[in-house]
Amino acid sequence: MKRAFPILATFTALALVYASYQALRVAPTDALQGDVYRIIYYHVPSAWTAFLLFFINFIASVHYLVDSNRSASRVAKWMVLAIGIGGCVVAYVTPLPNGMRPSVAATTALAITAVYFVIGKYFSGDRLDMLAVTTAEVGVVFCTIVLVTGPIWARPVWGIWWAPGDIRLTSTLVLWLIYVSYLVLRRFSNSAQTQVLAATVAVFGALDVPLVYFSIWFFRTQHPQPVIGGGGSMDPRMLHVLLISWMAFLCFAFLVCWLRYRFETMRREVEEAQVLESLLGDDRGPSAETGNPKVALNRSGL
Amino acid sequence: MNSIKFLYAAYVATWTIHLLYVGSLVRRYRRLKQDLSELKKK
Repeated sequence: MKRAFPILATFTALALVYASYQALRVAPTDALQGDVYRIIYYHVPSAWTAFLLFFINFIASVHYLVDSNRSASRVAKWMVLAIGIGGCVVAYVTPLPNGMRPSVAATTALAITAVYFVIGKYFSGDRLDMLAVTTAEVGVVFCTIVLVTGPIWARPVWGIWWAPGDIRLTSTLVLWLIYVSYLVLRRFSNSAQTQVLAATVAVFGALDVPLVYFSIWFFRTQHPQPVIGGGGSMDPRMLHVLLISWMAFLCFAFLVCWLRYRFETMRREVEEAQVLESLLGDDRGPSAETGNPKVALNRSGL
Repeated sequence: MNSIKFLYAAYVATWTIHLLYVGSLVRRYRRLKQDLSELKKK
Protein backbone atom coordinates (compact mmCIF):
# COMPACT_ATOMS: atom_id res chain seq x y z
CA MET A 1 0.00 0.00 0.00
CA LYS A 2 2.91 2.34 0.78
CA ARG A 3 4.17 1.91 -2.79
CA ALA A 4 0.73 2.44 -4.29
CA PHE A 5 0.33 5.93 -2.82
CA PRO A 6 3.19 7.69 -4.71
CA ILE A 7 2.14 5.90 -7.92
CA LEU A 8 -1.43 7.12 -7.52
CA ALA A 9 -0.23 10.62 -6.54
CA THR A 10 1.92 10.84 -9.69
CA PHE A 11 -0.90 9.54 -11.86
CA THR A 12 -3.35 12.04 -10.30
CA ALA A 13 -0.96 14.97 -10.83
CA LEU A 14 -0.54 14.01 -14.49
CA ALA A 15 -4.30 13.56 -14.91
CA LEU A 16 -4.98 17.00 -13.39
CA VAL A 17 -2.41 18.69 -15.64
CA TYR A 18 -3.86 16.92 -18.69
CA ALA A 19 -7.44 17.84 -17.66
CA SER A 20 -6.45 21.50 -17.16
CA TYR A 21 -4.78 21.56 -20.58
CA GLN A 22 -7.88 20.05 -22.18
CA ALA A 23 -10.18 22.47 -20.35
CA LEU A 24 -8.20 25.63 -21.08
CA ARG A 25 -6.78 24.91 -24.53
CA VAL A 26 -8.46 22.01 -26.32
CA ALA A 27 -12.18 22.41 -25.51
CA PRO A 28 -13.94 24.68 -28.02
CA THR A 29 -15.02 28.16 -26.94
CA ASP A 30 -18.73 28.60 -26.24
CA ALA A 31 -20.44 30.78 -28.86
CA LEU A 32 -22.59 32.64 -26.33
CA GLN A 33 -20.55 32.76 -23.12
CA GLY A 34 -17.03 32.93 -24.50
CA ASP A 35 -14.16 31.52 -22.44
CA VAL A 36 -15.83 32.00 -19.06
CA TYR A 37 -17.91 28.86 -19.65
CA ARG A 38 -14.67 26.88 -19.05
CA ILE A 39 -15.37 27.29 -15.34
CA ILE A 40 -17.75 24.34 -15.70
CA TYR A 41 -14.72 22.05 -16.10
CA TYR A 42 -14.01 22.68 -12.42
CA HIS A 43 -17.49 23.55 -11.17
CA VAL A 44 -19.43 20.54 -12.47
CA PRO A 45 -16.84 17.81 -11.66
CA SER A 46 -16.52 19.30 -8.15
CA ALA A 47 -20.31 19.10 -7.71
CA TRP A 48 -20.47 15.49 -8.93
CA THR A 49 -17.56 14.52 -6.68
CA ALA A 50 -19.17 16.22 -3.67
CA PHE A 51 -22.48 14.41 -4.32
CA LEU A 52 -20.66 11.09 -4.63
CA LEU A 53 -18.78 11.67 -1.36
CA PHE A 54 -21.96 12.69 0.48
CA PHE A 55 -23.64 9.61 -0.94
CA ILE A 56 -20.85 7.36 0.41
CA ASN A 57 -21.14 9.20 3.73
CA PHE A 58 -24.88 8.44 3.75
CA ILE A 59 -24.36 4.73 3.02
CA ALA A 60 -21.61 4.43 5.65
CA SER A 61 -23.82 6.20 8.21
CA VAL A 62 -26.79 3.92 7.49
CA HIS A 63 -24.51 0.88 7.86
CA TYR A 64 -23.11 2.29 11.11
CA LEU A 65 -26.63 2.77 12.53
CA VAL A 66 -28.15 -0.55 11.46
CA ASP A 67 -25.23 -2.98 11.65
CA SER A 68 -25.34 -3.21 15.44
CA ASN A 69 -28.88 -4.60 15.24
CA ARG A 70 -29.26 -7.82 13.24
CA SER A 71 -32.94 -7.40 12.36
CA ALA A 72 -32.48 -3.73 11.39
CA SER A 73 -29.52 -4.75 9.22
CA ARG A 74 -31.64 -7.39 7.49
CA VAL A 75 -34.51 -4.94 6.90
CA ALA A 76 -32.06 -2.38 5.46
CA LYS A 77 -30.61 -5.00 3.07
CA TRP A 78 -34.05 -5.88 1.73
CA MET A 79 -34.98 -2.22 1.42
CA VAL A 80 -31.82 -1.48 -0.57
CA LEU A 81 -32.49 -4.49 -2.83
CA ALA A 82 -36.04 -3.22 -3.34
CA ILE A 83 -34.70 0.25 -4.25
CA GLY A 84 -32.33 -1.30 -6.83
CA ILE A 85 -34.88 -3.59 -8.49
CA GLY A 86 -37.88 -1.27 -8.02
CA GLY A 87 -35.93 1.72 -9.30
CA CYS A 88 -35.03 -0.11 -12.52
CA VAL A 89 -38.64 -1.18 -13.12
CA VAL A 90 -40.13 2.23 -12.27
CA ALA A 91 -37.61 4.02 -14.50
CA TYR A 92 -38.86 2.18 -17.58
CA VAL A 93 -42.56 1.74 -16.68
CA THR A 94 -43.64 5.13 -15.35
CA PRO A 95 -43.24 8.46 -17.16
CA LEU A 96 -40.27 10.43 -15.84
CA PRO A 97 -39.97 14.24 -15.64
CA ASN A 98 -39.26 15.90 -18.96
CA GLY A 99 -35.65 15.38 -20.07
CA MET A 100 -34.77 12.66 -17.52
CA ARG A 101 -33.56 9.48 -19.21
CA PRO A 102 -34.81 6.08 -17.86
CA SER A 103 -31.30 4.60 -18.22
CA VAL A 104 -29.88 7.28 -15.87
CA ALA A 105 -32.61 6.70 -13.25
CA ALA A 106 -32.13 2.90 -13.44
CA THR A 107 -28.33 3.20 -13.19
CA THR A 108 -28.69 5.45 -10.12
CA ALA A 109 -30.98 2.91 -8.42
CA LEU A 110 -28.56 0.06 -9.16
CA ALA A 111 -25.59 2.16 -8.00
CA ILE A 112 -27.28 2.73 -4.61
CA THR A 113 -27.64 -1.05 -4.16
CA ALA A 114 -24.12 -1.84 -5.37
CA VAL A 115 -22.41 0.79 -3.19
CA TYR A 116 -24.41 -0.31 -0.13
CA PHE A 117 -23.25 -3.92 -0.45
CA VAL A 118 -19.64 -3.04 -1.38
CA ILE A 119 -19.26 -0.75 1.67
CA GLY A 120 -20.94 -3.37 3.87
CA LYS A 121 -18.45 -5.98 2.66
CA TYR A 122 -15.25 -3.98 3.20
CA PHE A 123 -16.10 -1.77 6.19
CA SER A 124 -17.53 -2.55 9.61
CA GLY A 125 -17.86 -0.96 13.07
CA ASP A 126 -15.55 2.00 13.66
CA ARG A 127 -14.17 1.80 10.13
CA LEU A 128 -17.62 2.79 8.86
CA ASP A 129 -17.54 5.83 11.10
CA MET A 130 -14.05 6.72 9.87
CA LEU A 131 -15.21 6.39 6.27
CA ALA A 132 -18.20 8.64 7.04
CA VAL A 133 -16.11 11.44 8.58
CA THR A 134 -13.54 11.20 5.78
CA THR A 135 -16.08 11.51 2.97
CA ALA A 136 -18.00 14.29 4.76
CA GLU A 137 -14.88 16.42 5.22
CA VAL A 138 -13.58 15.98 1.67
CA GLY A 139 -17.13 16.41 0.35
CA VAL A 140 -17.41 19.77 2.13
CA VAL A 141 -14.18 20.91 0.44
CA PHE A 142 -15.56 20.04 -3.01
CA CYS A 143 -18.95 21.59 -2.16
CA THR A 144 -17.13 24.79 -1.11
CA ILE A 145 -15.52 24.91 -4.55
CA VAL A 146 -18.95 24.55 -6.14
CA LEU A 147 -20.30 27.45 -4.06
CA VAL A 148 -17.29 29.65 -4.86
CA THR A 149 -16.91 28.94 -8.59
CA GLY A 150 -20.69 29.13 -9.26
CA PRO A 151 -21.01 32.84 -8.42
CA ILE A 152 -17.73 33.61 -10.24
CA TRP A 153 -19.33 32.12 -13.39
CA ALA A 154 -22.72 33.76 -12.71
CA ARG A 155 -21.38 37.32 -12.43
CA PRO A 156 -20.34 37.73 -16.12
CA VAL A 157 -23.10 35.46 -17.50
CA TRP A 158 -26.16 36.40 -15.41
CA GLY A 159 -24.92 39.81 -14.31
CA ILE A 160 -25.36 38.87 -10.63
CA TRP A 161 -23.26 36.88 -8.18
CA TRP A 162 -26.18 35.01 -6.61
CA ALA A 163 -29.84 34.53 -7.48
CA PRO A 164 -31.68 34.83 -4.15
CA GLY A 165 -34.47 32.28 -3.80
CA ASP A 166 -33.21 30.05 -6.62
CA ILE A 167 -33.87 26.49 -5.44
CA ARG A 168 -30.68 24.94 -6.92
CA LEU A 169 -28.42 27.55 -5.35
CA THR A 170 -30.23 27.68 -2.01
CA SER A 171 -30.44 23.88 -1.61
CA THR A 172 -26.70 23.57 -2.38
CA LEU A 173 -25.92 26.17 0.28
CA VAL A 174 -28.18 24.29 2.74
CA LEU A 175 -26.37 21.04 1.86
CA TRP A 176 -23.02 22.67 2.60
CA LEU A 177 -24.33 24.05 5.92
CA ILE A 178 -25.69 20.62 6.94
CA TYR A 179 -22.34 18.94 6.40
CA VAL A 180 -20.42 21.77 8.07
CA SER A 181 -22.76 21.28 11.08
CA TYR A 182 -22.01 17.55 10.92
CA LEU A 183 -18.27 18.24 11.12
CA VAL A 184 -18.71 20.81 13.91
CA LEU A 185 -20.79 18.27 15.86
CA ARG A 186 -18.07 15.67 15.51
CA ARG A 187 -15.33 18.13 16.42
CA PHE A 188 -16.83 19.64 19.56
CA SER A 189 -19.15 17.00 21.04
CA ASN A 190 -17.63 14.89 23.81
CA SER A 191 -20.66 12.66 24.26
CA ALA A 192 -20.29 8.91 23.95
CA GLN A 193 -23.18 9.08 21.50
CA THR A 194 -21.45 11.52 19.14
CA GLN A 195 -20.90 8.93 16.42
CA VAL A 196 -24.54 7.81 16.48
CA LEU A 197 -25.75 11.45 16.51
CA ALA A 198 -23.45 12.33 13.61
CA ALA A 199 -24.62 9.29 11.62
CA THR A 200 -28.24 10.37 12.17
CA VAL A 201 -27.47 13.93 11.02
CA ALA A 202 -25.74 12.48 7.94
CA VAL A 203 -28.76 10.34 7.05
CA PHE A 204 -31.11 13.35 7.21
CA GLY A 205 -28.55 15.63 5.55
CA ALA A 206 -28.22 13.29 2.59
CA LEU A 207 -31.91 13.80 1.83
CA ASP A 208 -30.90 17.23 0.53
CA VAL A 209 -28.66 15.70 -2.18
CA PRO A 210 -31.56 14.47 -4.40
CA LEU A 211 -33.32 17.79 -3.78
CA VAL A 212 -30.26 19.64 -5.09
CA TYR A 213 -29.84 17.33 -8.06
CA PHE A 214 -33.48 17.07 -9.14
CA SER A 215 -34.42 20.69 -8.35
CA ILE A 216 -33.70 21.55 -11.98
CA TRP A 217 -36.42 19.18 -13.16
CA PHE A 218 -39.09 19.93 -10.59
CA PHE A 219 -38.72 23.69 -10.01
CA ARG A 220 -38.20 26.76 -12.12
CA THR A 221 -34.60 27.77 -11.67
CA GLN A 222 -32.08 30.07 -13.29
CA HIS A 223 -29.41 27.35 -13.15
CA PRO A 224 -28.55 25.71 -16.51
CA GLN A 225 -30.01 22.28 -17.31
CA PRO A 226 -27.95 19.19 -16.44
CA VAL A 227 -25.38 18.14 -19.01
CA ILE A 228 -25.80 14.39 -18.48
CA GLY A 229 -29.07 12.49 -18.21
CA GLY A 230 -31.19 15.59 -18.54
CA GLY A 231 -32.66 18.04 -20.98
CA GLY A 232 -29.51 20.08 -21.51
CA SER A 233 -27.44 19.65 -24.66
CA MET A 234 -23.68 19.91 -24.97
CA ASP A 235 -21.14 19.66 -27.76
CA PRO A 236 -19.61 16.13 -27.65
CA ARG A 237 -16.09 17.65 -27.55
CA MET A 238 -17.04 19.69 -24.48
CA LEU A 239 -18.63 16.64 -22.85
CA HIS A 240 -15.47 14.62 -23.52
CA VAL A 241 -13.32 17.24 -21.74
CA LEU A 242 -15.84 17.43 -18.89
CA LEU A 243 -15.59 13.67 -18.33
CA ILE A 244 -11.76 13.84 -18.42
CA SER A 245 -11.90 16.59 -15.78
CA TRP A 246 -14.24 14.53 -13.63
CA MET A 247 -11.97 11.48 -13.80
CA ALA A 248 -9.00 13.64 -12.74
CA PHE A 249 -11.01 15.13 -9.88
CA LEU A 250 -12.17 11.67 -8.80
CA CYS A 251 -8.55 10.50 -8.62
CA PHE A 252 -7.67 13.58 -6.59
CA ALA A 253 -10.65 13.05 -4.24
CA PHE A 254 -9.67 9.40 -3.77
CA LEU A 255 -6.11 10.42 -2.94
CA VAL A 256 -7.21 13.04 -0.39
CA CYS A 257 -9.74 10.60 1.13
CA TRP A 258 -6.96 8.03 1.46
CA LEU A 259 -4.79 10.55 3.34
CA ARG A 260 -7.68 11.67 5.53
CA TYR A 261 -8.67 8.07 6.33
CA ARG A 262 -5.10 7.19 7.33
CA PHE A 263 -4.97 10.32 9.47
CA GLU A 264 -8.26 9.38 11.19
CA THR A 265 -7.01 5.83 11.86
CA MET A 266 -3.81 7.19 13.42
CA ARG A 267 -5.67 9.86 15.40
CA ARG A 268 -7.93 7.27 17.03
CA GLU A 269 -5.03 4.97 17.86
CA VAL A 270 -3.04 7.80 19.43
CA GLU A 271 -6.13 8.87 21.39
CA GLU A 272 -6.63 5.32 22.66
CA ALA A 273 -2.98 5.11 23.69
CA GLN A 274 -3.21 8.48 25.47
CA VAL A 275 -6.29 7.37 27.41
CA LEU A 276 -4.59 4.10 28.31
CA GLU A 277 -1.51 5.97 29.44
CA SER A 278 -3.45 8.45 31.56
CA LEU A 279 -5.53 5.65 33.15
CA LEU A 280 -2.73 3.25 33.95
CA GLY A 281 0.48 5.26 33.72
CA ASP A 282 0.33 6.71 37.25
CA ASP A 283 -0.78 3.53 39.04
CA ARG A 284 1.29 0.85 37.41
CA GLY A 285 4.01 2.69 35.53
CA PRO A 286 4.57 2.68 31.79
CA SER A 287 6.29 -0.71 31.89
CA ALA A 288 3.18 -2.56 33.01
CA GLU A 289 2.27 -5.06 30.31
CA THR A 290 -1.27 -3.96 29.53
CA GLY A 291 -0.82 -0.33 30.42
CA ASN A 292 2.21 0.38 28.30
CA PRO A 293 1.24 2.78 25.54
CA LYS A 294 4.10 1.34 23.46
CA VAL A 295 2.34 -2.01 23.50
CA ALA A 296 -0.81 -0.45 22.08
CA LEU A 297 1.13 1.56 19.50
CA ASN A 298 3.25 -1.35 18.37
CA ARG A 299 0.16 -3.54 18.05
CA SER A 300 -1.45 -0.97 15.79
CA GLY A 301 1.61 -0.86 13.57
CA LEU A 302 2.61 2.72 14.43
CA MET B 1 -17.11 40.60 -22.41
CA ASN B 2 -13.92 40.73 -20.34
CA SER B 3 -14.61 37.32 -18.85
CA ILE B 4 -11.14 35.81 -18.83
CA LYS B 5 -10.35 37.28 -15.40
CA PHE B 6 -13.39 35.43 -13.99
CA LEU B 7 -12.11 32.20 -15.51
CA TYR B 8 -8.70 32.61 -13.88
CA ALA B 9 -10.31 33.72 -10.61
CA ALA B 10 -12.33 30.48 -10.51
CA TYR B 11 -9.28 28.32 -11.21
CA VAL B 12 -7.17 30.13 -8.62
CA ALA B 13 -10.00 29.86 -6.05
CA THR B 14 -10.38 26.11 -6.69
CA TRP B 15 -6.72 25.33 -6.19
CA THR B 16 -6.37 27.69 -3.23
CA ILE B 17 -9.19 25.83 -1.45
CA HIS B 18 -7.64 22.44 -2.24
CA LEU B 19 -4.17 23.54 -1.14
CA LEU B 20 -5.51 25.04 2.08
CA TYR B 21 -7.28 21.79 2.90
CA VAL B 22 -4.29 19.57 2.08
CA GLY B 23 -2.10 21.99 4.08
CA SER B 24 -4.40 21.71 7.10
CA LEU B 25 -4.30 17.93 6.77
CA VAL B 26 -0.49 17.93 6.71
CA ARG B 27 -0.38 20.28 9.74
CA ARG B 28 -2.74 18.04 11.73
CA TYR B 29 -0.72 14.98 10.67
CA ARG B 30 2.53 16.58 11.91
CA ARG B 31 0.92 17.42 15.27
CA LEU B 32 -0.25 13.84 15.57
CA LYS B 33 3.25 12.55 14.81
CA GLN B 34 4.55 14.83 17.57
CA ASP B 35 2.01 13.39 20.03
CA LEU B 36 3.02 9.93 18.94
CA SER B 37 6.73 10.51 19.52
CA GLU B 38 5.95 11.99 22.96
CA LEU B 39 3.93 8.91 23.82
CA LYS B 40 6.72 6.63 22.68
CA LYS B 41 9.21 8.51 24.88
CA LYS B 42 7.13 7.91 28.03
